[in-house]
Amino acid sequence: MENENMTLYTVSVFSENRVGLLNQISIIFTRRRLNIETLSVSPSALKGIHKFTITTFSDADTIEKVVKQIDKRVDIIKAFYNTDEDLVYQEIALYKIATDQLIKLGSIEEMIRTYNIRILEMNETCVVLEKTGHYEETQALFSELSQKVNVLQFIRSGRVAINKSKIERLSDMLANLNSRKPEGYVEDDEYAGY
Amino acid sequence: MSELISGSEILMQSLLKEGVDTIFGYPGGAITPVFDALYDFQDRFNYILTRHEQGATHAAQGYARVSGKPGICLVTSGPGATNAITGIGDAMMDSTPLIVIAGQVQAELLGTDAFQEIDLVGITQPISKWAYQIRRPEDITWAVARAFYIASTGRPGPVVLDFAKNAQIGKAEFYYKKCEFTRGYIPYPEISTKQIESAAQLINDAKKPLALVGQGVILGNAENELKSFLEKADIPAASTLLGLSAMPTNFRLNKGFLGMHGNVGPNMKTNECDVLIAIGMRFDDRVTGNLKTYAKQAKIIHLDIDPSELNKNVKVDAKVLGDAKVSLKLLTDAIQNAKHGEWIDSFKEHEEKEFEKVIKKEVFPENGPIKMGEVINLISEASNNEAILVTDVGQNQIMAARYFKYSKTRSIVTSGGLGTMGFGIPAAIGAKVAAPDRKVCLFVGDGGFQMTMQELGTILQEQIGVKIIILNNNYLGMVRQWQELFFRKRYSSSVMINPNFGAIADAYKIKNQEVKDRKDLKKAIDEMFSDDKPYMLIVETEKEGMVYPMTPAGDTVTHILLGDE
Repeated sequence: MENENMTLYTVSVFSENRVGLLNQISIIFTRRRLNIETLSVSPSALKGIHKFTITTFSDADTIEKVVKQIDKRVDIIKAFYNTDEDLVYQEIALYKIATDQLIKLGSIEEMIRTYNIRILEMNETCVVLEKTGHYEETQALFSELSQKVNVLQFIRSGRVAINKSKIERLSDMLANLNSRKPEGYVEDDEYAGY
Repeated sequence: MSELISGSEILMQSLLKEGVDTIFGYPGGAITPVFDALYDFQDRFNYILTRHEQGATHAAQGYARVSGKPGICLVTSGPGATNAITGIGDAMMDSTPLIVIAGQVQAELLGTDAFQEIDLVGITQPISKWAYQIRRPEDITWAVARAFYIASTGRPGPVVLDFAKNAQIGKAEFYYKKCEFTRGYIPYPEISTKQIESAAQLINDAKKPLALVGQGVILGNAENELKSFLEKADIPAASTLLGLSAMPTNFRLNKGFLGMHGNVGPNMKTNECDVLIAIGMRFDDRVTGNLKTYAKQAKIIHLDIDPSELNKNVKVDAKVLGDAKVSLKLLTDAIQNAKHGEWIDSFKEHEEKEFEKVIKKEVFPENGPIKMGEVINLISEASNNEAILVTDVGQNQIMAARYFKYSKTRSIVTSGGLGTMGFGIPAAIGAKVAAPDRKVCLFVGDGGFQMTMQELGTILQEQIGVKIIILNNNYLGMVRQWQELFFRKRYSSSVMINPNFGAIADAYKIKNQEVKDRKDLKKAIDEMFSDDKPYMLIVETEKEGMVYPMTPAGDTVTHILLGDE
């Protein structure tokens, strides 16, 4: 996709849940001229903390600097990066096909078994298929479907990823950060931040 | 439940709780409620009305750089806020604690392109340490407390508070608690003993060590720790532009100024030393030149408080993450006493060469037009080398940095990273307000002067006793120098037809004198220093003067032009 020295990195960011965080993160990529390939944002297991999972093609030196710059932002709790070997990761894709076209194909049992497809919706006009997997897998299904029928809509999510090589629980990390709190210092109720 | 007061009054009370005594600003529509509250606090704040919001930010920067406290700047929304952008960017580059409080349209109008609405948080996120929009009076104390904590701790920087008008008017209880902690922000990282030990080992093994001193030493109040460290291991040192005055000029181990127009000795020795110890500096390209040929022979030690600076521009052999004051103390304890007499003496030949080829001509000319260097040297000496130097940007800045002498810390205020022309006049105002008992000397070119000369109005109104020295060569001197050296003397847009600067000073009731002849210079300087009132000294300097030594941008640090090629 990019030049050969580039590796696909997955950047994971835990942040405070405040307006404008995505902008703070994305401008750091923009400044180093890195394109964000995929992006997924959601609340984490702990209330008030959001998690960003970002993939980008970069060289090792640049990604390290970018992640340090992200981590430096006051509203960012922690940022780190991994390559694919360190991660279990997944994407989800949805495919919309006209019902009559799908029926004309005859049987789709084999395709469903091969690709582990789920059918989410089926009505007179359209069928919506779902497939989870790596980019290559969801892409392969798209290619095969496209050869056979007209895919009306295709959408793929950003990556979600879990680190498999080291134990780093968010709660432990927070406890570690909170241990820096000055003795006797009581924080105001963490501001809701809207 | 305690009494409800307006958001604007909450802001005033909060600033008092943070020990603020000085505010620079400019009023306007969306910040009027705050200025109304300020009216009742005139006895508690020294409020200074500048003539432009950019001036307010630079004045607050000058104040912060000299006092060490955050500079406070109060402006309105829209154009008031955008005019403050240059100061915010400048403070970010130069790690200056600055708090800009800007008015904003009321929350319900946000995003509607309301009159004087601008997305200030969006604009300033990349150029500030923290930017936050206050939309409710209940959030003011929380935001202000965090703003002070973030701006002034760790590596300092600018914080922007975008203050919606409804939050200024709306009422809430006043309850103030200073911020001392926020998760995810570690201003003073714990210093690793292992890192100290590896750095100490390299220093103990060094035969030819060289230290590079940055502003981190000043920001960390680590001047004494630096001195003990350098003396214990007998290490020669040189400063970056912003690190100047961390060591007195006459300190035995001070070998001068680094970088593009720095002293020949430390630049040559950078590529000769065996251990390079960088303290609170960031290996800016104006210091390093070409990184591919920079100090390749040396083991590099980098002390810095900001983890993102380590290994950013230069790969280091030993890093020490932490506050310079503590790191230097631990490092001094961990190293052995040493003597490097021969190595230190080896700087002499470069010093002599630089004196012969550059300094003698620049500082002690016997005939010809007046040189910038001689003006700066005379003024520095006339102030007993105790004045605060403020500069604008360009030849005036580099000449002043080279030839001014320092006996006290926090004695230079200059726009280093951003290189903001027009910084000088307002920054000098802020510096003088922060240190009314010290002399403040501003060196400014004819170009930069005209970028913010409206601030003479601030000087007039407040009678701020800054000494303005215009080094007038009727050119944008540094641009012209580059055009002479690299663009075949094609002086595109660098020629200035200037107004009568003396008449401008007269209009603002500022005492002034113009000097065109060397023999009148000393007397004029004495007159300038005869009182503590504002003064403008206009010196006609050599038209096509050059700043030497010079390492062309991107060249090897040891490729130094001396002007005799």
